Amino acid sequence: MGDTLSAALSIGFHGLAFAMVLYLISVGLSVTMGLMGFVNLAHGVFAMAGGYVLTSLMSRLGVPFLPALLATAVAVAAASLPIERLLYRRLYGGEELDQVLLTMGLVFMSTAGATYFWGPLQQPLQPPPWLSGAVDLGFRSFPAYRSFLILCGAALVTALWLGIERTRFGARVRASVDNLRMAQSVGIDTSRLFMTTFALGSGLAGLGGGLGADLLAINPSYALQNLSYFLIVVAVGGLGSIRGPFVAALLLGTADSGFKYLLPEFGAFFIYALTMAILLWRPHGLFGRA
Amino acid sequence: MTPSRAVDAFARRHRYSPLEALPWLAAFAAYFVFPDYLALSAQILATILFALSADLVLGYAGIVTLGHAAFFGTGAYTAGILAAHGWGEPITGLLAGAIAAALLGFLSGLVVLRTTGLALLMQTLVVATMVTEAANKASFITGGDDGMQGMEVWPIFGRLRFDMFGHAGYFYCLTVVFLCWLLARHIVHSPFGRSLTGIRENVPRMHAIGAPVAQRRLTIYTISAALAGISGALIAQTTQFVSLSSLSLERSGTVLIMLIIGGVGRLYGAFIGVPLYMIAQDRFSAAEPVYWYFWIGLLMVFVVVFARGGVLGLFDRFRR
Repeated sequence: MGDTLSAALSIGFHGLAFAMVLYLISVGLSVTMGLMGFVNLAHGVFAMAGGYVLTSLMSRLGVPFLPALLATAVAVAAASLPIERLLYRRLYGGEELDQVLLTMGLVFMSTAGATYFWGPLQQPLQPPPWLSGAVDLGFRSFPAYRSFLILCGAALVTALWLGIERTRFGARVRASVDNLRMAQSVGIDTSRLFMTTFALGSGLAGLGGGLGADLLAINPSYALQNLSYFLIVVAVGGLGSIRGPFVAALLLGTADSGFKYLLPEFGAFFIYALTMAILLWRPHGLFGRA
Repeated sequence: MTPSRAVDAFARRHRYSPLEALPWLAAFAAYFVFPDYLALSAQILATILFALSADLVLGYAGIVTLGHAAFFGTGAYTAGILAAHGWGEPITGLLAGAIAAALLGFLSGLVVLRTTGLALLMQTLVVATMVTEAANKASFITGGDDGMQGMEVWPIFGRLRFDMFGHAGYFYCLTVVFLCWLLARHIVHSPFGRSLTGIRENVPRMHAIGAPVAQRRLTIYTISAALAGISGALIAQTTQFVSLSSLSLERSGTVLIMLIIGGVGRLYGAFIGVPLYMIAQDRFSAAEPVYWYFWIGLLMVFVVVFARGGVLGLFDRFRR
């Protein structure tokens, strides 16, 4: 009995940490896909960029962990702006196929670029001394870095939800997701809104990629390797939804860590089969609207 | 276009135009002009068939898929497993590859085609990933990560031996691809093919005129899967090797790229995009395999931003 409980706790803990990373990376994707109707396969590039920036800032320039995290989010968000303005904006409301092609092109370029600058090897993340080791919660001890990851993720999720529900900016985003043309006709500058949400989503993805560098290893083929994870979270959660991807990330995170623990051979099968079943049952995702 | 000219244009599609002989003359000439590149040329021919099969679902039926490699790889593994386990007869190997891929296409199509848009894209991706996982796990028969070796392909009709210079292989590929192209051409110009274009353009209207939309999408998906399976089997038989990369997302993606470079929904885009891509890859990737992806990525962005419709689209614009 004690073993089962401890296994369940361990699966839940690692699943939660993974879910936080998946959610931070994917929530921006959900909003951009829902808001602009844009099939963005290159979202993982921003997460990968976050991972590279964070590890480089810390290991090459010796920047402390927390300032480096902040700098990562800001840098990735800033770098995403010209990409949105120059490339993505041309294809809003365009054909799916063109969007697939453009974003696949960006993924390929990022793979080559990352190899050019950082080489083909994985970039390890060295957590600061105060986050290595374990924290003892009395009944059990947990790895400190993952605990930090969960807390940090929870804080960001709360801030994001409050921001979307309680601020004027959040209201505009919700209005535009609900009905774009209506939002435009009541005077919301949707072009600027797209830009801001895109940058925000990319910054969050960069943060997620950096924080989760020990869960999703930072290497040049990151964006392609993990694409199906991010797309599953978004498709299962529902496009344009803020909460849907959180539920989907929780499901995927715990299922992934559970299957890795219990059935390492066939875990991927169950996850993909589950995804197909959910999408068949609700083609627009758990929280999406038709 | 006045109605009578439009009718003419539709009627003319059934007749073969002299221009349509061009790719085949070029393929024939390539045998004599580039005798040292027969292996690459045979691969190009087989990949043209793969791109053509993708054009049927993507360009004609408007089904955007990210998992077409599942059918290519299924055909390749079927032919490979047969040849490695004592049945190396090439033509039945091709047919077996086609049947296995068509079966997978039909069964997955039953599920996948119920959705559209992003969900469809996801479902095709998921199916391909599951097939890759299965091939990886069944390493006792597929060789897993190391790829499948030990294929023994018998001579064609018991006479023409697959030699190491690829003479027989080249004409084998050329003949098979030509026959498949005839079939594809017949399909897209038939009433069935026209109704696919209708489905691509306007689903509600096709429902309104009583077209069985779901059934037609499933039919073309299955046919396209069979053709992709033949293409995979061709490459497996001529190279005598199958690896997991034949099922990968990368392969599903690059076939779309080749098709789009040539031009989608035109039946001939594959004949331009595939040779362009594969010859360039052969030239440039030998020295710097990773940086090849940078240039191809840049090219894709360029095509989307400046050259929609691919090379054939540029020709159209030039003619107007």
